[in-house]
Amino acid sequence: MTYIPHTPDDIQAMLAAVGVSRVEDLFSTIPEGLRFKRRLDLPPAESEIEVLRDLSALADRNRAAGSTPSFLGGGVYDHAIPSVVPALAGRSEFVTSYTPYQAEISQGVLQTIYEFQTMICELTGMEAANASLYDGGSATAEGAMMALRMAADDRHGIVVLAGVNPLYRRVLATYVEGLPVEIVHPRMESGTADLADLGKRVSQKTACVLVQYPNWLGNLEPLREIISIARERGALVVVSVDPVAMGLLKRPGGLGADIVVGEGQGLGIPMSGGGPALGFLAARMKDIRQMPGRIVGATVDTEGRRGYVLTFQTREQHIRRARATSNICTNQALVALTATIHMAALGKGGLRETAVQCAQKARYAADRLSAISGFSLAFSGVSFFKEFAVRTPVRPAVLNRALAKAGIIGGLDAGTLDKKMKGLWLIAVTEKRTKEEIDRMAEVVSAVVSKRKLTPARAFPVGGPGIEN
Amino acid sequence: MPDIDPRTAPVPTIFELSRPGRRAFRLPSLDVPNRSLDDLFGGHLAEEPPALPEVSEVDVVRHYTKLSTRSYGVDTGFYPLGSCTMKYNPKVNEEASRLAGLAGVHPLQNEDDIQGLLELLYLLERSLCEISGMARVTLQPAAGAHGEFTAMLMIRKALAERGRSPEEKPRRIVLIPDSAHGTNPASAAIAGFEMVEVKSDARGLVDLGDLRKKASAETAAFMLTNPNTLGLFEENVLEISRIIHEAGGFMYLDGANMNAFLGVARPAEMGFDVVHFNLHKTFSTPHGGGGPGAGPVGVAASLVPYLPVPMVEKEGDRYRLDWDRPKSIGKVHAFYGNVGILVRAYAYIRTLGADGLRRVAEIATLNANYLRVKLRGRYHLPHDRICQHEAVFSARNQAARGVKARDIAKRLLDYGFYAPTVYFPLVVEEAMMIEPVETESKEEIDRFCEAMIAIADEAEKNPDVVRNAPHTTPVRRLDDTRAVREPDVRWTRR
Repeated sequence: MTYIPHTPDDIQAMLAAVGVSRVEDLFSTIPEGLRFKRRLDLPPAESEIEVLRDLSALADRNRAAGSTPSFLGGGVYDHAIPSVVPALAGRSEFVTSYTPYQAEISQGVLQTIYEFQTMICELTGMEAANASLYDGGSATAEGAMMALRMAADDRHGIVVLAGVNPLYRRVLATYVEGLPVEIVHPRMESGTADLADLGKRVSQKTACVLVQYPNWLGNLEPLREIISIARERGALVVVSVDPVAMGLLKRPGGLGADIVVGEGQGLGIPMSGGGPALGFLAARMKDIRQMPGRIVGATVDTEGRRGYVLTFQTREQHIRRARATSNICTNQALVALTATIHMAALGKGGLRETAVQCAQKARYAADRLSAISGFSLAFSGVSFFKEFAVRTPVRPAVLNRALAKAGIIGGLDAGTLDKKMKGLWLIAVTEKRTKEEIDRMAEVVSAVVSKRKLTPARAFPVGGPGIEN
Repeated sequence: MPDIDPRTAPVPTIFELSRPGRRAFRLPSLDVPNRSLDDLFGGHLAEEPPALPEVSEVDVVRHYTKLSTRSYGVDTGFYPLGSCTMKYNPKVNEEASRLAGLAGVHPLQNEDDIQGLLELLYLLERSLCEISGMARVTLQPAAGAHGEFTAMLMIRKALAERGRSPEEKPRRIVLIPDSAHGTNPASAAIAGFEMVEVKSDARGLVDLGDLRKKASAETAAFMLTNPNTLGLFEENVLEISRIIHEAGGFMYLDGANMNAFLGVARPAEMGFDVVHFNLHKTFSTPHGGGGPGAGPVGVAASLVPYLPVPMVEKEGDRYRLDWDRPKSIGKVHAFYGNVGILVRAYAYIRTLGADGLRRVAEIATLNANYLRVKLRGRYHLPHDRICQHEAVFSARNQAARGVKARDIAKRLLDYGFYAPTVYFPLVVEEAMMIEPVETESKEEIDRFCEAMIAIADEAEKNPDVVRNAPHTTPVRRLDDTRAVREPDVRWTRR
């Protein structure tokens, strides 16, 4: 199957019109020596039925949430997705359209992006948002790079709190490797920023402080104090947020953040192996010309009717080329649309209820686990949202293996992402988890420690960047 | 009846439909103890949740359905947008990406629990290696420009590893043809390079004399699009590679136009060291109103050590993620890239097979040449010879009568077509870049050409109808200047 409609007669007629006798002649401009003489060594073509059979067989070899309760987070979460979300986001006029260059026949796509930008502004407490970025990792890096553009020329330090997801830290380090930028890592104390150390690390050379809220261990950073320390020293603040948490917690915009970024996967997006995900970025209106990516604005047509266009395009690569604020062209538009429909379906009350249920269920799970002999919360006295770190008497990998046998996806072995967090077990609980699932998880864990003779088990060979900073 | 035309009446924003207390989704009631939020969160608690709209499920469905009807996709009609390869997006690929065992996978699950996903990523990488002739491919970049950036970071790291003698200057120049996509210079700049432009010659190809002059011991790389943005194959690509390699630089292929030579030629044999793919162009994954795409990057052996982590490796019949790559540039995406898009591309490659992919290049090229000869009598064609996957016309003859490329683009909307890419490439005045992909039939191309010819007639006889187009769309031409002067980038209650 090739999806090509041409009949042999069509091809003959077209070749005749072009004035060549064979299709091969159309490649006469490719030097003979460059023409590929053999056939690509690929598996044979398959019918639709066979392709689905093959891919279903691959899919069946994965253990997937949906059939399996999951307590795994670390940046991607098993949140509920209302049925209307995929039903509407899957409408093919949306799915098969291009970036809305021709605004007059793309008002639908443009208006959804405008609504998305508005919702992101509401969630973050900021004045302007862009049309999306690739994911939370690249959005965090783009946020820091935007702060570098906004800061005075002699400020080229980025102070990255240890609470920022290690994977995002790795992306940031990769992004700025070629630039004259110094990354500084202040210490963590009891699961959140060590404010005294932060005060010493933020200097006249600091362009921005990068903080994640809730941080990657689930804990709520003292955002107000962090922003105040940065401000006193003239540094900007970039906050990476979980949008679901914004249903309950104070929004960084109101606390004085300069740029707010984040990962929107929790807003109706399937986990899908971590992508397509949804990076977002919001800032103040006065800084809009420093923003990366596409922006949609409202305007009027020649008859005075309201309409939408891609705007502030002079920031962008197709106009500004080497001096653009970013190289972004293709973004995550359909994912942003999906999140928009999701936020509309949840609404003001639904987002809050989702956040409350995450928080209450996470609290319940934390209470259940910390009641098991040998288990304790790694950071007591700190508020957490939907994820929390547990100290365990056996290795997290052993617990996860026992849970897998019981048909449950366990928590994250934090040491696989950050060596400093070795031995911590990170448990994520969304509104989708039931009391019964949490109880069952706690019972399996409890059984492991009560039955177990404490010989070291074979650790699962889970890969991870295991970065030191 | 009120005097409102539902086809053109503005659609209120979802916020304007909001009524306090309306809900479109409910959760089960809380089944765990309800703790005091003040106790749990204290000063972190917001007084009010974000002001998301409060609407019913029917409101949500009607609103976004209405907006979908004011959008134009490949499923709506012909999409001749040059350089964007707007081919049909097969439905089976969508179904594959939604399989619960793929869509429900968490990226940090244990390797043993995601063997099917890792195998799929491995097989896709092997397929892209075979199609390009490159040694390895990273699937991590989420878009073409993301792939360009990733490639530039690898080149930067490879050059740093190579080292230099004290008298040598750092290699900080990236050479880019004047016909290149804007992402090329932007990606090079963000990776810390300086851009030097190389001229096109009278035939629309890289000017070898200018290239020789500019290639030097400071050259890091040459970013070439082939076929180039004029739709012309760079016939001298081997000589170009020789010049750049002799100067000590890397050859980079912007693979945006790979649809033109699938199975007919391969980047590796052309001398490229690194190439990015646009899976959302060549491999039929949908554009989604601007994304998500996927921009995998293939590299020759010399750049393999610098690929982002992790890479999928096969050991016996088991797949694992290799994070232990000491020379890697790091990560450009938190996880493995746009996996759902990768699934679709893999399904496409399986559906077409080797012969089907070659057929894509053949028919895409045939369609472009057929369109070229049908329109060349009415529109100026700066390079009238065999083209590859697209043809670039100029509206300069029409512009002389006051009808610009932009006007012709807008008028096409009235005829029910999407518009070509206009004003790009920059080397052609009043450019109209038309890419009639392989999934469009002869009849559809005929209809499009008839519309283009009718517009050329209108430009002569009734230019105002073109200048004031579009006439049939929900809105007429929009005021871009006002959008910047009086910025309105979010809805607020007035």
